[in-house]
Amino acid sequence: MINIRANRCDYCGACVSVCPVDCIEVRESSIEIEHAICIDCDLCVEICPIEVLEVHAAE
Amino acid sequence: MLQNKYDVVVVGGGPAGSMAAWEVAKRGVSVCMLEKDRDIGYPVRCGEAAGESGLRQFVEIQDNWIAEKITSAKLVSPNFTAVDVNFASETGYILNRRIFDYDLSKYAANAGAEVYTKAYVKNVLTKNGQTNGVVLDYLGEEKQIQAKIVIGADGLTSRVGRWAGLKTQVRMKDMESAVQYSVANVDIEPNKMIMYVGMNHAPGGYVWVFPKGKKFANIGIGISGKYSKHKSAQKYLDEFMKREYPDAAILTTMCGGVPCAKPMEKPVANGIMLVGDAAHQINPMTGGGIVAGMKGGWIAGQVAAKAIQNNDYSENGLIDYPKRMRKDFGKNHERFYKIKEATEKLTNDELNSIAEKVLSIPHSQRTLTSVFKAAVFKKPTLIIDVLKVFAGV
Ligand SMILES: Cc1cc2nc3c(=O)[nH]c(=O)nc-3n(C[C@H](O)[C@H](O)[C@H](O)COP(=O)(O)OP(=O)(O)OC[C@H]3O[C@@H](n4cnc5c(N)ncnc54)[C@H](O)[C@@H]3O)c2cc1C
Ligand code: SF4
Ligand code: SF4
Repeated sequence: MINIRANRCDYCGACVSVCPVDCIEVRESSIEIEHAICIDCDLCVEICPIEVLEVHAAE
Repeated sequence: MLQNKYDVVVVGGGPAGSMAAWEVAKRGVSVCMLEKDRDIGYPVRCGEAAGESGLRQFVEIQDNWIAEKITSAKLVSPNFTAVDVNFASETGYILNRRIFDYDLSKYAANAGAEVYTKAYVKNVLTKNGQTNGVVLDYLGEEKQIQAKIVIGADGLTSRVGRWAGLKTQVRMKDMESAVQYSVANVDIEPNKMIMYVGMNHAPGGYVWVFPKGKKFANIGIGISGKYSKHKSAQKYLDEFMKREYPDAAILTTMCGGVPCAKPMEKPVANGIMLVGDAAHQINPMTGGGIVAGMKGGWIAGQVAAKAIQNNDYSENGLIDYPKRMRKDFGKNHERFYKIKEATEKLTNDELNSIAEKVLSIPHSQRTLTSVFKAAVFKKPTLIIDVLKVFAGV
């Protein structure tokens, strides 16, 4: 599971551009991940320049 | 008022989108441009450097676009050897993109394009393998717009292209993870850009210091997606700020990704064209995409208008666009991509020794050409080409 620390986000879309399954949606001031589609590849976490996204162990 | 039908719909109001809409509108073809944010040109996610000769291809440069004129550069190697290089006849600018982007959209609107903000496109419409419109949320309502051609100018996210079936995802090694501060209270020499290269400063990228008027600057960093998982771009930048500008006041933080990839081979399909970052039209060495994106939009807009007039908006009817792009900057783009790959392999020691070599040229004779000649004995370097590109050569 990817955890979004949304109030740090700049809504720049870098994570969207590397997501292999296109499950991230960034609008003017919102970000959402469709967890049902996410394949937990963590690429979004790696590219985010300001550490908004983090890997969260599934409960 | 937003209609439900246009000949051409442009998604995204950056420089690439505005140029495309402007070129289409100029030719009397109906076009609207849809921007998700409430403003064109804001927020700015860019270092704002662009070469004069690059910009002049498309527009008359306005005084209020220019925050700072750049006539020389200082390049700093991993061991802090600093090399000053004059631009000779070329000039670069640090723009005020907030004003610049806005003006480009005004030019498009004055030529007859309709421009809408707060218009978030969330899918494309397709019929028989042909893209023929978009679905959007506009002012809180879902709408559909039919179009003969959709131009995806939606920046690096490039989802419009994906929805239309084009392969736009960027590989990690070709993506730069970038963050920039706009800072005040810094003492920086005017008219000079500073760049730091090397694994310690910015692995697979560089740190830039771009002056923007007295005591004010854009200071940012891009690092390769190959390295960003070990340490974030912001961590590198914070270390840099602490060391070089401990007294700086950070007024804004913004970040982004820069697709420093090979150009997309075919940024078109039936009824769809991609321009700018969406089509990876960025100099892969420097991450400079303002002028390259304008060129993409400019050519795509012309080809789209012609396709409407010829009543053929299949892939075949749009294919002149990638053809003209390849002819225009394809070779350079590929060359820069190769140099990028080569320079990524340069070690800190090699970068330091290139800097030493360049320093042996007397300052007055240190033009781009003489620096290039000296450095070429070692290897064509990031340093040199960064300069060439920002200078608009
Ligand atoms: C940190 C950083 C520094 C940079 N520094 C420089 C530099 O110094 N010089 C340089 O030349 N280049 C630089 N670049 C690159 C440059 O910013 C881009 O190449 C340039 O902005 C590309 O223009 P564009 O029109 O293709 O896209 P953008 O300017 O990104 O515009 C795309 C627009 O589309 C909108 N949009 C996206 N999705 C949708 C949607 N679904 N619906 C509606 N609208 C949508 C966005 O809101 C945006 O306004 C930098 C980039 C970064 C991240
Ligand atoms: S890359 Fe980071 S800052 Fe940018 S939109 Fe994604 S989560 Fe937000
Ligand atoms: S972990 Fe991978 S699949 Fe999931 S949102 Fe991030 S990039 Fe997309």
